[in-house]
Amino acid sequence: MHGHAHAHHPAQQHHFSTMAQQREAGVLGMWVFLLTEVLFFGGLFIVYTLYRTWYYEAFATASKSIEIVPGLVNTVVLIASSLTMALSVRSAQTNQRKATVNWLLATIVLGSVFLGIKVYEYSLKFEHHHVPGASFDFYGHAEATGEGHEAPAEGVTMGRDEIQRTTQLFFSLYFVMTGLHALHMIVGIVILFIITWMAHKGRFDSEYHAPVEMTGLYWHFVDIVWIFLFPLLYLVERH
Amino acid sequence: MSSGHSGVHVSPLSTYLTIFGALMVLSTITVAAAFVNLGAFNPIVALLIAGIKATLVILYFMHVKYSSQLTKLTVVLSLFFVAILFAETLMDYATRGWIAGGGMPLH
Repeated sequence: MHGHAHAHHPAQQHHFSTMAQQREAGVLGMWVFLLTEVLFFGGLFIVYTLYRTWYYEAFATASKSIEIVPGLVNTVVLIASSLTMALSVRSAQTNQRKATVNWLLATIVLGSVFLGIKVYEYSLKFEHHHVPGASFDFYGHAEATGEGHEAPAEGVTMGRDEIQRTTQLFFSLYFVMTGLHALHMIVGIVILFIITWMAHKGRFDSEYHAPVEMTGLYWHFVDIVWIFLFPLLYLVERH
Repeated sequence: MSSGHSGVHVSPLSTYLTIFGALMVLSTITVAAAFVNLGAFNPIVALLIAGIKATLVILYFMHVKYSSQLTKLTVVLSLFFVAILFAETLMDYATRGWIAGGGMPLH
C-alpha cells in the first residue's frame, strides 16, 4: 500500500511519519514527566528552606553530626553512574550492542553501591538515635560513648531541649528527602535491568534506542537531585 | 560531532569525560568551600556550584544542548514553575505579621 520503496523501521509506530518525529515526541514527553518530578522534589526543597531559615542553629548542629565521607563518596559514585549511563546511550546511538549492555551493567553496579552506602549511613542514624520518633535522642549516643560530632554549631543560643526538639525536623527532612531519592534509584535500577535485557536481546540500534535514552534522562535527573541534596544536608555549616 | 541516520547528535567520548572531570572538580570545591567561613555566602556558593553542576548534566549528559527548541522550553518551564513555587511561598511566610493581627505569626 505504501507508495515508497524503503521499509519502515520495525520499531516505528504507525502514528508517526518518521523515526525522528517519534524520537522527538518521546524526548518531549519524558521532559514533561521530569517537569512534574522537579515540582515534586521542589515541594520538599521549599519546606527545607523554610525550616532551615527558622531553625538554622538546629540545622547547622544536626548537619555537623553527619559523616561527610560516605556522602562525598556517594556523590562521586552517582556522578560516575551518570557517566556510564551517558556512555550506554552513546553506545546505542553508534550500534555497539555489547558496549551498551556493559555500560548499563556498570550503571546498575554503581547505583547499587550508592544504595549500599546509603544503608550504612541509615544504620549509623539508628545507632546514634538520630531517627525521628520515640527513641530520638540527639545527644544520647555522643554522651554515652564519647564519639560523634554533636557539639553545638558556632554561636548556638538554643537551649539543649530546643536542640533536642528541633534537630528532629532536620532529620525528618533528611530521611524524607534521601529516602524518596533512594526510592527513585531503586525504581531506576529495576528499569535498568529491563533495559539491559532488551539491549542484550538486540532490540536497539542507532535508529531506535528510545528506552535507553529515556532511562538515561530519568537517571541523570536523579543524579541532579543528589547534587543539591549533598550540600544542603551534609554541608550546612562545617567551618 | 557526527549525526546518526535519524539526525541524532552523537557527542564524542571526550565531551563526556571532560564533563565528568568538571563535575568531580566542582564536587571537591563544594566540600572545600563549606569549610571556609564565608558568612551568608556559604549557602549561596553551595547552591551556585550545585546549579553549575546541574546545568552541565542537563546540557551534555541529557543532550539538551542538542535538543529541539520545544524540549529546551520545557526544561526552562520546569525551573520557572519551581521559581513560582518558591517565590509565592516565601512571599507568604516573609510578610506574615507585617500588620498586627493581619496574619499568622512566623512561628
